Amino acid sequence: MSTILIIEQVLNGLQSGVMLFLMAAGLTLIFGVMGLINLAHGSLYMVGAFAAAAVAGVTGSFVLALVAALAAAALAGAVIEVAVIRRLYDSDHLDQVLATFALILIFSEGTRWVFGSFPLFLDIPDALSGPVTLPGGIQYPLYRLALIGVGLLVAFGLWLLIERTRIGIQIRAGENDREMIAALGVDISKLYTLVFALGAALAGLAGALVGAIQSVQVGMGEPVLILAFVVIVIGGIGSIKGAFIGALLVGLTDTLVGIFLPEVLKLFMDAAPATSAGSSIASMSIYILMSLVLIWRPSGLFGARA
Amino acid sequence: MSRETLFNAALLLGLIAVPAWAVMMDEPFTITLATRAVILALAAAGLNIALGIGGLVSLGHAVFFGIGGYAMGILAHHAQSYTPLMEWPFLIEGTKFMPVIWLLAVVVSAVAAFLIGLMSLRTTGAYFIMITLAFGQMFYYFAISWSTYGGEDGMSIYIRNDFPGLNTLVPIQFYGLCLAILVVVLIFTARLRRSPFGLALNAARQVPARVEAVGMDPMRLKLVAFVISGVITGLAGALFADLNRFVSPTMFSWQFSGEIMILVILGGVGRLFGPVAGAVTFVALEHFLGGITEFWHIFLGLILLAVVLFARGGITGLVAGKEATHD
Repeated sequence: MSTILIIEQVLNGLQSGVMLFLMAAGLTLIFGVMGLINLAHGSLYMVGAFAAAAVAGVTGSFVLALVAALAAAALAGAVIEVAVIRRLYDSDHLDQVLATFALILIFSEGTRWVFGSFPLFLDIPDALSGPVTLPGGIQYPLYRLALIGVGLLVAFGLWLLIERTRIGIQIRAGENDREMIAALGVDISKLYTLVFALGAALAGLAGALVGAIQSVQVGMGEPVLILAFVVIVIGGIGSIKGAFIGALLVGLTDTLVGIFLPEVLKLFMDAAPATSAGSSIASMSIYILMSLVLIWRPSGLFGARA
Repeated sequence: MSRETLFNAALLLGLIAVPAWAVMMDEPFTITLATRAVILALAAAGLNIALGIGGLVSLGHAVFFGIGGYAMGILAHHAQSYTPLMEWPFLIEGTKFMPVIWLLAVVVSAVAAFLIGLMSLRTTGAYFIMITLAFGQMFYYFAISWSTYGGEDGMSIYIRNDFPGLNTLVPIQFYGLCLAILVVVLIFTARLRRSPFGLALNAARQVPARVEAVGMDPMRLKLVAFVISGVITGLAGALFADLNRFVSPTMFSWQFSGEIMILVILGGVGRLFGPVAGAVTFVALEHFLGGITEFWHIFLGLILLAVVLFARGGITGLVAGKEATHD
């Protein structure tokens, strides 16, 4: 087990962590401001990936593909917010779960209808393809490094938006007291549509960026959605900071345990059972992490309310 | 007799009359569909106890369904390959005997429901939903990586398991067995709802603080309800595996958890026969819409949206109106 491998795996963990953050940030923002649990967030991730793959297929430009992903996901988000989600803010969580589950069915089958069942492929742009040599002589794919950079930039931008702008003040006020800010003359329903579309755009961006290293297919969003749920349960629902820390924890745990646990087990037992036991336990590791956090802090690391 | 009682009686009559008709017309496929509906109704009846009476929005009930399925799959797999399940510390052999399979399904589901409940009931609301969903995914990935029992491909069981006095290979006899179990569970549920435990649980859903004030522990009430609920869904899983003679990790999938919940909502949350109405409707939609278009889930989604937004009481609510004793 070399240092190079460890550094590579830590970078992989960071990369999947920051992409998870893009998903989890939208989910937690939507929950924090509107009190809505949105299962269809994974569908918006898928919409972003498909829009990017379709536009890249026609124009060949990765930048246009990203713009298309952001636009398509934000638009899809705004449309479902106005048509369906808006009616659910005052409903209980059960209704929200069911209605957004229904949206998943409609989005998934609709996409299958338009694009077919075969996966699409989105190529990494030429400028970012190939490996780059890091200090210490480590070869690492440039694109994955760029993903980490983009993720951190978006996280910083989101922090600026929430903490330093007028819209951010309204969003934070909306979390605390909906009636009061409506009485102060903020158009609350416009604000909600905006927050929902913002969350959707982040999910769409994540879908397009990750779509270039995985295949773009129907149902790609839901495994990520459930991981994002684990992230916000760990971080505390409604907390962007919690989502960031939780996403990095989950990304690193998922990657590192999968690689290193079989190696560690091999010290104590035969190679074959060590590999199979290691991979079984590794597949459960983030849920074990979640359970431990819950036992310690039932409302998550940074959660204010249970 | 209230309209709901009439509706329930009509449903039960249908569950007897349609297969009887299918036997006379020699339509075994209709019996298979009806068996599927009855088993799904059983799974949903399990969830209905947690969700309808206890108010626990569990999006991870496929865990118990899958456990039931794998209990059947593992025992029958060892029986058909003549290999022992375990040799140390004592010998355990596989079996094709349904009551033993059911016992294992029930015991393991109960233990799993107890542990998951203990963990998830520390939280409420959205946390509970997400955590049950996450535990479901954990079992799903575990089943995929469990290569001893088929991993991602699952396991095929060549011959349906045995029940004393019945030939389970005859579709109508297996159907009768499943229907009998469903009826027993529905009678149990009806009695549970009127029992002191059921009333306390109902109160714990509505106003936990008052339940606590009269000296009962809402958490314990909910945990017991969650275990009962998981056990019933687990039993349904064992029957479902026997119907298909196949088990795979998809029995654990979160989509399936969502589907069980759809059955309950479609039929009417908390209604005694809600799961039955939901399951029958679901299987009928799946069969007829699925015959028209490959993309029938779009229509299922639209119907579900309509039920959530406009018909809160589900089918039972539409037919029988609001329930007097239930909010």
